[in-house]
Amino acid sequence: MNGVQFSLAGAALTALGSGGLWWADQRLLVVSDLHLGKAGRVLRQGGAALPPYETRDTLIRLENDLRMTNAGTVVCLGDSFDDPEAARTLAESDRLWINRLQAGRRWVWIEGNHDPGPMDLGGTHLAELPRPPLVFRHIAQAGQSGEISGHYHPKVRVQTRLRAISRPAFLFDSDRVILPAFGTYTGGLRSTDDVLSTLMRPEARAILTGQTPRMIPMPR
Amino acid sequence: MAQPALPPELETWFARRGWQPHPHQRAMLDRANAPCVLLIAPTGGGKTMAGFLPTLADLARAPHAGLHTLYVSPLKALAADIKRNLRTPVDEIGLPIRIEDRTGDTSNTVRKRQRADPPHILLTTPESLALLTSYPDAPRIFAGLKRVIVDEVHALAESKRGDQLFLALARLQTLCPDLRRVGLSATIDRPDDIAALLARHPDPCEIITADPGPDPDISMLETDTPPPWSGGGAAYAIPAVLEQVKQHKTTLIFHNTRAQAEIFFRNLWLANDESLPIGIHHGSLDREQRHRVESAMVRGDLRAIVCTGSLDLGLDWGDVDLVIQVGAPKNVKRLVQRIGRANHRYNAPSKALLVPANRWEIVECVAALQAVRDHDLDGDPRGPGPRDVLCQHILLTAAAGPFDADDLLREVRTVGAFADLSRAEFEACLDFCATGGYALRAYDRWQRLQRRPDGRWHLRDPRAAASIRMNAGTIQDSDRLKVRLRRARGGKPLGEVEESFAATLSAGDTFLIGGRIVRYEGLRELTVEVSRNASRKPRIAVFSGTKFATSTQLSQRILRNLQRNDWPELPAHTLAWLSLQRQMSRLPEPDRLLIESFPHDGRENLCIYGFAGRNAQQTLGLILTKRMEETGLAPMGFVSTDYATLIWGLDAVSDPKPLFDLNGMRDGLDGWLAGNALMKRSFRGAATIAGLIERNSPGKRKSGRQATFSSDILYDTLRKYDPDHLLMQITRQEALRGLVDFGRIQDLLSRVGTRIDLVRTPHVTPFSAPLFLEMGKVSVQSGSAEERLLAEETDALMRQSGLSAM
Repeated sequence: MNGVQFSLAGAALTALGSGGLWWADQRLLVVSDLHLGKAGRVLRQGGAALPPYETRDTLIRLENDLRMTNAGTVVCLGDSFDDPEAARTLAESDRLWINRLQAGRRWVWIEGNHDPGPMDLGGTHLAELPRPPLVFRHIAQAGQSGEISGHYHPKVRVQTRLRAISRPAFLFDSDRVILPAFGTYTGGLRSTDDVLSTLMRPEARAILTGQTPRMIPMPR
Repeated sequence: MAQPALPPELETWFARRGWQPHPHQRAMLDRANAPCVLLIAPTGGGKTMAGFLPTLADLARAPHAGLHTLYVSPLKALAADIKRNLRTPVDEIGLPIRIEDRTGDTSNTVRKRQRADPPHILLTTPESLALLTSYPDAPRIFAGLKRVIVDEVHALAESKRGDQLFLALARLQTLCPDLRRVGLSATIDRPDDIAALLARHPDPCEIITADPGPDPDISMLETDTPPPWSGGGAAYAIPAVLEQVKQHKTTLIFHNTRAQAEIFFRNLWLANDESLPIGIHHGSLDREQRHRVESAMVRGDLRAIVCTGSLDLGLDWGDVDLVIQVGAPKNVKRLVQRIGRANHRYNAPSKALLVPANRWEIVECVAALQAVRDHDLDGDPRGPGPRDVLCQHILLTAAAGPFDADDLLREVRTVGAFADLSRAEFEACLDFCATGGYALRAYDRWQRLQRRPDGRWHLRDPRAAASIRMNAGTIQDSDRLKVRLRRARGGKPLGEVEESFAATLSAGDTFLIGGRIVRYEGLRELTVEVSRNASRKPRIAVFSGTKFATSTQLSQRILRNLQRNDWPELPAHTLAWLSLQRQMSRLPEPDRLLIESFPHDGRENLCIYGFAGRNAQQTLGLILTKRMEETGLAPMGFVSTDYATLIWGLDAVSDPKPLFDLNGMRDGLDGWLAGNALMKRSFRGAATIAGLIERNSPGKRKSGRQATFSSDILYDTLRKYDPDHLLMQITRQEALRGLVDFGRIQDLLSRVGTRIDLVRTPHVTPFSAPLFLEMGKVSVQSGSAEERLLAEETDALMRQSGLSAM
């Protein structure tokens, strides 16, 4: 599988080039910050009418990962919808599409800061999901270990000899993994930002997403 | 001699000053009632006065309540300058006229007051005018408006700012049906085209051409030191330039980029042993600082000003008796207009000196001088009115109040550039403004404009008007950050640098701004904080500034010149340089294609001398990089001028012939184009103007977590799911406008046949060196190069950190 392997609290994990995280032993796929329905939310709040295709694009990429891994469990790490209204007003075709993806597997929606309430969709809704030795939640908490979270949309910038290249990236150390945002309409926060530098141990590493995911020491 | 057109007060004023109105000023008075007049006159020919005389005559004959004349110029500084220059005669004549300017610099209080109680003469810019027309009370503001004067109309007509202005004029014409239009222009190659843009379609527009005066006295500056092969600084010419400054009263020293102006100013200052008062002026400097230089200039306190295009347009600043152009003038029209700055006395030749920065530019300058002597002005025609500007106009119209679509279409078609706009095209723009115009109808509930039962289009949420106005304008500024001296409570503002430049700075780095070296201390709330530092060699602030292309006509002249056997106009050092090119490589020839290949700066380079004009060379760059990507040569980017294309990448090309295979060239070109950085750049511009992407207003940008995402994502999404969307059509049209029909490349290649000469050299050649300085580099979104670079760098990083065993 096209991924970089590493371990957290004894669990063998694979960071995929798509931004998804694969826990092979548990046949469990994690994705974070899908921000479905973002275009609609922006317009509703008086912004521009962005191309309304981000939900479709995100689901296509999620479907690819599901086909490739044949996951038994899917964990969406929060901010799956851009806001509760975005979940409520999801197009019928997209709702059916998600139902189709959920068929035959366990599906967990973790609460995010954008989509806190229960949603009218299949699957289990949880504030966090403990799955020893790991725990899944939206926002990383200092002092925790074996923690898998999202929220920050981390990205890293690599200065190559000819060009600087910026990519969404996983950050991990011996305590935690922070996943990049999986949604199509998402920006990123540089790993050099104070909040990430403080959260991650000095020896933390980053895995760049893309055609071939690659590991580097986390730029800070 | 009876001159009934001039009221006695003005006649007396002219007589008292011992003046006679110029013939073209009389002509403008005679045509005061014509619906549209275009005056073409050299700078210093009393052009502005000619434009305002009918207004002053009218106001002298009878008092007028409210706004009488609107004056629109492309530069804020010009509006302020005209206010000053108009005030004097108006006071001397004794006319009770209020003259005010309204630009981005005008305070909110004054703006509000101007809307409630407009002056007789309002001096403004296209952007401020577009905003004024977007208020619900626009009909009251413009009630009684008689005349509109568009200054420097030749400059406006070349850009979307002009398109926006002419749309706003159509609006005004509906509000004030008797509005008379006047355009003032410097010498231009196609006056009829400008006239057709200026007039209400299909009104006629009379063209008055003033006596152009004597030919300018223009030559190349002779220096003892030869210029370098490449480089844009012209440091070699500092002593000679300083000598010229001493010999003249006031000298304007023009540069093509802000960065070059900064470096030159610093070098000039270091060599300025007599401490002559010399200033610097460019668009990235703080407003206060620019104003100080402008007023010092007006007082005659300065002997020289190092400047860029920010001083390019007809500022009327008395005693300039010499204009120096550093670097190749790139296009002849611009050169002639710049020369017009010198010696504002009518009927006296303007004096100008060209200072080529490198030896290639000497070759260009010689060709440019020939062109000026031959009165061979260059320029490219513009296509139909851009639809992104129309979208913005529709939104601004909606901000002013509900409108009828048929009425609006009729009005828009009175704009020359939009005269042929089809109903379907208009409706696509309207649909974009209302719903986003997507193939997937997702937004019916939230559409921005709604057609109500009265048949008119309304803003769904009236509060949206404010954000539409915030987003008005067509100027594409790259994101800029303010630069300030670090102090306890916000130090002195020095100017602005581009965000991308600021991102490369780390604490302790030094750079030039406003002619001084500063040290980067840090970034605080979107402000670059610096301290004074005179010790270290500066890095140079990279301001993108204006991009100039050498015109196609000029590059053809150069190729013809290169075939000459003897060339007496060229200095000996430049002739020696040409023979060095012949020795190291070859000189380009009309029936052959010269290609050079050499390593430089860790990359492999390929330089193709097609002399096909920038557009065709650009197309060639796109095609060749595509072919290189297919054959695994990992291209990374290219840059084109009118005479050559330089491509860089990871691997050397040893056999160019397969790259130039005509059959292979066309395949998949559309797909390659669509994924190109050039398209993404055009998309960003069009999407911003049309209102899909909001302009970054510094106050609104969030620090820390990025709430915004790149416009490239929107482009990629549309390309995948809605490739025929209006904005994609506009993007293709804009990007392709710059790219010449594939046929021209075919012509070149079939003419050349197999006569392709590949020369491999160990380093940069004399002719290729200047290309490395060219603006407008296009980076190639090459998967192979990016993956290989990342692999290289990430492996190295892991090795260095001792983690590679992982």
